Amino acid sequence: MAWRNIWRNKRRTLITAASILFAVLFASLMESLQKGGWNNMINNVVSFYMGYAQIHQKGYWEEQSIDKAFEWKPQLVKTIESPREVIRALPRLESFALAASDDLNSGALVVGIDPKLENEMTKLEDRLVEGTYLQEDEKAALIGAGVAERLKLNINDTLVLISQGYRGVNAADLFPVKGIVKFGSPELNKSIVYLPLKNAQNFYGAEGLITSISLQIEDKDRVEAATESLRSQLDTMAYEIMDWQQLMPDLLQAKALDSAGNYIVYFILYMIIGFGIFGTILMMTKEREYEFGVLTAIGMKRRSLMATIWIEVMLLGIVGAIAGVLASIPVVSYFKYNPIRFSGEYAGMLEKYGFEPIFPALFDVKIFVAQAIIVFVLTSLLGLYPWWKIRKLKPVEAMRS
Amino acid sequence: MIIQTKGITKIYNPNKIPVNALNGVDLQIEEGEFTAIVGPSGSGKTTLLNIIGGLDQATQGEVLIKGENISKMPDNQLIDFRKNNIGFVFQAYNLIPVLTAKENVGFVMLLQNRSKEERDQRVLELLQSVGLEDKVNKRPSELSGGQQQRVAVARALAPKPAFILADEPTANLDSVSTNNLLDIMARLNEEEKMTFIFSTHDQRVIDRARRVITLVDGKIASDQVKS
Repeated sequence: MAWRNIWRNKRRTLITAASILFAVLFASLMESLQKGGWNNMINNVVSFYMGYAQIHQKGYWEEQSIDKAFEWKPQLVKTIESPREVIRALPRLESFALAASDDLNSGALVVGIDPKLENEMTKLEDRLVEGTYLQEDEKAALIGAGVAERLKLNINDTLVLISQGYRGVNAADLFPVKGIVKFGSPELNKSIVYLPLKNAQNFYGAEGLITSISLQIEDKDRVEAATESLRSQLDTMAYEIMDWQQLMPDLLQAKALDSAGNYIVYFILYMIIGFGIFGTILMMTKEREYEFGVLTAIGMKRRSLMATIWIEVMLLGIVGAIAGVLASIPVVSYFKYNPIRFSGEYAGMLEKYGFEPIFPALFDVKIFVAQAIIVFVLTSLLGLYPWWKIRKLKPVEAMRS
Repeated sequence: MIIQTKGITKIYNPNKIPVNALNGVDLQIEEGEFTAIVGPSGSGKTTLLNIIGGLDQATQGEVLIKGENISKMPDNQLIDFRKNNIGFVFQAYNLIPVLTAKENVGFVMLLQNRSKEERDQRVLELLQSVGLEDKVNKRPSELSGGQQQRVAVARALAPKPAFILADEPTANLDSVSTNNLLDIMARLNEEEKMTFIFSTHDQRVIDRARRVITLVDGKIASDQVKS
């Protein structure tokens, strides 16, 4: 009877189901874009630079000082690469320097890398927008597009680096610009300078030393297992093993803050959706008050009548929610492969805060299902209104309406 | 005696502008009666029927059905009592629009948890008795007003009630349909001794009734049993 009642007023049913469908679709799309945007940003920093975990000498991360550099020994490499989750380990020597051209200068993050290993993990060569990639042992630099722009440097121009090296030695040298790389993260673009590891060690007076080991891990979800395994194998009094969440607490906080802001938007969205659905339920209840009166008059218990009407609302909710999930699949897929790219002022603002102005949607069925469940629960709660109405119903008055 | 009312009084809006719909109605109805309650608009006919049917509560007085006082019955018990003892025929037919004629007739039996076989058999018998055996699978929207009212009569009879209350059952029907309906009701009354109580303005119903109770200003003005 409930199913037949649903199709009694097709237009009303379609409007209600459509409002539930759009509710699920909008909420899913919003969440997919929000999560996709953050994943993109985390991927830009984590996969293409930082790695999902890093190993340093104990205390390095807090001080970020080259004086906390440690020896890169073959035995250490063997131990680090022993857990099956770890694909490879990348040695780096990182420190800060003043980068300058003829009459311009800027702060820079100087990273000494093993060009071959680095490319295997971060596909750094693919990020070249000009010039060619580094070779091992050559004296040359790859610079971020933002550095090149700020210092007005082109390929084969000379980059001057001045810094304080390992244990206070003076560090100053000239490097020809061999290539310019561009990252999704604007923060990296405007500060990064890559040198071959041996050149960086020479520059900082830190022969055979590195400051960090970035780990490539087979699966993002296996990071915890990998770090746990490494903690049991390495001397944790000498080394600190940090996952990407510990390495970037600011990014996670910003993500949490953004999510909290979005909850307010979701709440407003659900309120609008809720009022739409409630309007239909209210209309349906009013229209059928007479019928409710007749049904109780001829002997239908209020409990049974309430259950029938609630099942009607539930069926509508289920149909709308399933349709919403089905509609979300192609829409979210589209935005996954055709990300929203902001330009102009808004893009500038995002870049200023270190965000790439690209929002690819995250395609995760769990998002659609969660939104469908939320909207379904909302519908079922609103479906309690006819309960209340039927509970108070007086057959004579209802049949007089 | 199947129905007995004792000093039924009904006052609407007792705390605002009180309207006395019924003023101490005492009435007895025996099994097998074919009774019309008549009177001008506002005389209290429908109110009396509603109170006898347990759809409304009297301000004062008692209603006894088969000796059982329904005036103070709790809501759930009263719904069950109505389902098992009272058949209703309303002026506007009031069939469930999404159910077929067969399903409408069998609906109250379904609420009584009767078996499918028993329901199917009785529904078919009833639809045959009201001349609608060829309309079993039609929905109300596919039936004329007269046919819908005949389905409503079959529905009222389905749970084998003690009596049937019919509130202006012919008000929306043409002459042919009215006569058809009255023939059916009279036959059921004669053959099955089913008790019918009508509220009506319709002279054709009044002419067929064997007892006519006239209400004026909420009181019984006359109670005439035809010979």
